[in-house]
Amino acid sequence: MSEIQHDETPKLMKGNEALAEASLRAGLQAYFGYPITPQSEILEYLAEKAPEHTEVVVLQAESEIAAINMVYGASGAGARVMTTSSSPGISLMQEGISYMAASELPCVIANVQRGGPGLGTIQPAQGDYFQATKGGGHGDYHMIVLAPSSVQEMADFVFDGFRLAEEYRMPAMILADGALGQMMEKVYLPKAGTLPKKETPWATVGKTASRERNYITSLHIESEKMETVNLHLQDTYRKLKQEVRCELTNTADADIFLVAFGLSARICNKVMDIARAKGINVGVIRPITLYPFPYDIIASFAGPAKMFLTVEMNAGQMVEDVRLAVNGKSPVYFKGRMGGMIPTPEEIMLEVEAMSEKQQNLNQSAGYL
Amino acid sequence: MSMTISDNMETVYQKPATLTETPMHYCPGCGHGVVHRVLMEVIEEMGIAEQTIGVAPVGCSVFAYHYMNVDMQAAPHGRASAVATGVRRVLPEKYVYSYQGDGDLAAIGTGETIHTVNRGENILMVFVNNGIYGMTGGQMAPTSLCGMVTSTSPYGRDEHVMGHPLKITEMIAQLPGAYYVARHAVHTPTAVRKLKKAFKTSFEMQKQKKGTCFIEVVSNCPSGWKMTPVEANDWMEKNMFPYYPLGDIKVPATMK
Ligand SMILES: Cc1ncc(C[n+]2csc(CCOP(=O)(O)OP(=O)(O)O)c2C)c(N)n1
Ligand code: SF4
Ligand SMILES: [Mg+2]
Repeated sequence: MSEIQHDETPKLMKGNEALAEASLRAGLQAYFGYPITPQSEILEYLAEKAPEHTEVVVLQAESEIAAINMVYGASGAGARVMTTSSSPGISLMQEGISYMAASELPCVIANVQRGGPGLGTIQPAQGDYFQATKGGGHGDYHMIVLAPSSVQEMADFVFDGFRLAEEYRMPAMILADGALGQMMEKVYLPKAGTLPKKETPWATVGKTASRERNYITSLHIESEKMETVNLHLQDTYRKLKQEVRCELTNTADADIFLVAFGLSARICNKVMDIARAKGINVGVIRPITLYPFPYDIIASFAGPAKMFLTVEMNAGQMVEDVRLAVNGKSPVYFKGRMGGMIPTPEEIMLEVEAMSEKQQNLNQSAGYL
Repeated sequence: MSMTISDNMETVYQKPATLTETPMHYCPGCGHGVVHRVLMEVIEEMGIAEQTIGVAPVGCSVFAYHYMNVDMQAAPHGRASAVATGVRRVLPEKYVYSYQGDGDLAAIGTGETIHTVNRGENILMVFVNNGIYGMTGGQMAPTSLCGMVTSTSPYGRDEHVMGHPLKITEMIAQLPGAYYVARHAVHTPTAVRKLKKAFKTSFEMQKQKKGTCFIEVVSNCPSGWKMTPVEANDWMEKNMFPYYPLGDIKVPATMK
């Protein structure tokens, strides 16, 4: 983790605007996007700032398919490039993302999620967890997935996203949601000119006499070669594990662990306070990198006397990874709301109380043995 | 001392350095190889190879980057002009071209084609129209002629059910972003010379940042059409050229 340098004075900004401003400060060279609520402010912000940043290409594409392919072209030409969208638009980008992952092209993609499936709703949701972390498009690939839970992180993760994407040569996704995009919070913006760019000797910028031509492709018709490419990608994903990030709050003495990312984690922090005031030892585990997922960290808390509750704004997606991590050593429960509904601290608290009761009964019955 | 051929013979014609040593995989008589060569000859003669970035499609010419000795990117099916847009925008001083078949450019990539030209993207778009999906084994293309038998129109293309052969080149010529639009062929030396001139003009226009130059090449697909190369060229002249007439479609006033 390299430290991000921030402004000394904060600003009050919308999440989408903070992300857009941070991208300019991160040395963005090109942005291609297509309007969709609840993330259109990003394209609007960049379009408005364009006259002050003539060095940055800002282009509204005719579709998300075109946008991601423009990202592919610009990234292949060595530029620091970003696109943003919301759930249905991200679905349209999947083919291009798969090509970029296969061709090892870095970029930042922000998904300011809304409720689905289908056209769904413009309200915030976390229903794209599977799509973001498991591949989404075709083939065996992954993206780096960062899950912000504040406007501050909407800004910071642009820097982290570019740094990691360029280091590991792969797309990085910022998996946010409509609430984080729309809400205003205090943010200390990252300082401009503080994110160095790696050399891109592989980029297509014109073949000089001193080198072989560079070509960017994901086509390897011989299976042996295609497998070698896959093995190389898997190698990268293994190395990426060292970048795992997870926020732990009051986990040292916790009996019940709430596991949640993004907006859900904020709500869980509130639940934790309520529960602790009632004498229930609750801690919060907030995965920040959803890929790579903090399996080992979660596993380290699992044990016979412990319980887990995963809270998500979906039908239960990350909970599958939590169960993999816990590996049967503790019960893992799930509380979710869907379709743009945000779970309230009160309804999560009901689950926590029920779990706590069960835990006490179990402990008592264990005492009689 | 024995004499070698080069001792007493003058080289009058050779492979341009802008083509690699890799043998092309195209079927005998296929137009793709000729179009590659003409394009790369122009790039060599203009001395712009070091400033040129090409974008290959998905289609029979998917391996264009194995043959063209310039920096290249391979785009997803239909998206070559969007990829070329990305390259063009971040490298405004370089030469950029895309190379696509008819399925790529005029079916799955129609949206990208229209909008790339509509933006007047300062690139050369090379469009090789063989009226069929060569790569996938001879299925109907948007440009397949009425009545044309393909593996997915085994009783002939019925335009009332399957749509009409798409004259996308005439369509995009209507757009203000299109600067220079022409249709050529590679079946005779004369045709090749004309195509070469069109490519050269296109790169000259690109240097002056004039907008999109769009060159269609009506070509053949002996394998997909199930003909010998000679039969294919014959069929092309008799059937394709009347529907897709060769010549300039949109010529800037400065060139007239
Ligand atoms: C998204 C996607 N759909 C379908 C295909 C399969 N496919 C590969 S090439 C092709 C058609 C190519 O035809 P054309 O563009 O006319 O090129 P040609 O081979 O005739 O030169 C198709 C349908 C693909 N690779 N990707
Ligand atoms: S299938 Fe058709 S287009 Fe493809 S290489 Fe053979 S002749 Fe050419
Ligand atoms: Mg074709």
